[in-house]
Amino acid sequence: MSKPIEVDDTSFEKQVLESELPVLVDFWAPWCRPCLMAAPVLEELATEYAGKITFAKLDVDQNAQVAAKYNIMAIPNLIIFKEGKPASQIVGYKPKEELKKDLDAILK
Amino acid sequence: MTAEAKKEYEVIIIGGGPAGLSAGIYTSRARLSSLLIEMGVVGGRIADAELVENYPGFTEGISGTELGQLMQKQAAKYGLNIVTAEVTGLELKKDKKMVKTTKGDFNAKAVIIASGSERGKLNIPGENELAGRGVSYCATCDAPFFKEKPVAVVGGGNAAISEALHLAKFASKVIVIHRRNQLRATRIMEEKARAETRIEFLWDTVVEKIEGKDAVRRLKLRQVKTGKQSTLDTTGVFVSVGLKPSTDFLKGVLPLDKDGFIITNDQMETKIPGIFAAGDIRQHSPRQAITAAGDGATAAIFAEKFLEPIASATPISKV
Repeated sequence: MSKPIEVDDTSFEKQVLESELPVLVDFWAPWCRPCLMAAPVLEELATEYAGKITFAKLDVDQNAQVAAKYNIMAIPNLIIFKEGKPASQIVGYKPKEELKKDLDAILK
Repeated sequence: MTAEAKKEYEVIIIGGGPAGLSAGIYTSRARLSSLLIEMGVVGGRIADAELVENYPGFTEGISGTELGQLMQKQAAKYGLNIVTAEVTGLELKKDKKMVKTTKGDFNAKAVIIASGSERGKLNIPGENELAGRGVSYCATCDAPFFKEKPVAVVGGGNAAISEALHLAKFASKVIVIHRRNQLRATRIMEEKARAETRIEFLWDTVVEKIEGKDAVRRLKLRQVKTGKQSTLDTTGVFVSVGLKPSTDFLKGVLPLDKDGFIITNDQMETKIPGIFAAGDIRQHSPRQAITAAGDGATAAIFAEKFLEPIASATPISKV
C-alpha cells in the first residue's frame, strides 16, 4: 500500500514542482470533515496509481505560503501538478470514480 | 469488516447517518446479519453541525461528528458490519436485492436506503466558475480562509444560520441573504444570529450572479418584491440552500417524486417489497437527526417483519 506523502512549505518545491511524475496535492486541514472523508479514497488511489502519479497532502493550516500561492480558499482542494505547473484542479469532495476520470485524463 | 466483507446479508443499509446507524443498531440487535455501506465517514449531514442542541439526552449539546461516532460505536457493539464504498446501483433479483458498489456487489433480502441528501446549488452565473475561489458550500471547512473579510451566506434555514454563526467567528461581517422576509430556521437559532453583531440580514433578496475574475468580488442581487437590483461587494459567498436527495443510483429502479425523494408509507416501505427508506431521503422528511433516527428504527423493525415469513414460509396452495 503506498500512502500519500506529506509535503510542507519547505519541501513543496522539491517534492512537487520538481517531481518527474505528476503529483496530486491534497490541500486539507484537520477541521475539514469532507477532507477526512476524501483521505481514505486518496490512499486507495495512491496505491492504484503507484508509479504513475505521486500523491501528496499539504495541511493548509500549517503551510500558509503554498496555500496562498495557489489561492486556496476552499478545501478539500486537489491540484494535480505536471512539470511544476497546475494542470487540473478539483474542489470539494468527489467520489472515487469521478476522481479517476481526472487522473486518467492527466495521464493521456 | 472492510475489503473482506462477505457478500450475502439479510439486511443491507445504504448510508451511515443517523437513519442508517439507528437502523443498524436495531437490525443487529435483532440478530439479522447486517451490512452498512457508507461512502465517506459515518455521521451523515449531522456531522457538519458544530453543535447539536436538539438531540434528546445531550443536555449541553454535542458536536455532530461526535454524535455520529457514538452511534457508530453503539452499532458496532451489536455486530453491524460497515464497509466504505460508493453505491453505484441497485438491482432486483428474484428473491434478493443486489447492491452494486465500488467494492463489489453485495446481496441482501432487505435493503434500507438511508443515503440522505447533499447541498443544493444556486444555479446562477459565476457559481461553478468561482467554486473554490470564494464560492463555498462548507463553512466549517472554509471559514478560516475569510479572516476579517466580509462574506455572504445565501439561505435561511437552520444550516444557513449555523453557517453564519460559525463564519461570524472569523469574518469581519456576515450578510445573510434570504429570499423570504423571515427565516425558516428555528427561533432559538434566529435569536442567536440576531444577537451576533457581525451578522446582518438582507430580506426578500435573491442572488442573480456572482462576479469576479479569479476570485469572488461582488454579488448581483435582486429584491424580489420591488424587482430593484443592487450589488454587494464580498470576497466569499457560502451557499446553503435546499438539499438534493442522493438517489441517482435509484433512477429506474424505485419510483421517486419529482424532486428525487423516495415515497414511503408510515412503515418506511417503498413500492417495492423488501426495500425501505429512512431519513432525509424520504419525501417530506423534516430532516432532523432525531426524526432520521426514528425512521431508521421503524424501517429496521418492519424489515425484520418482512424477513420473518421468508424464513418459514410455505407456499399457500390455491383452492
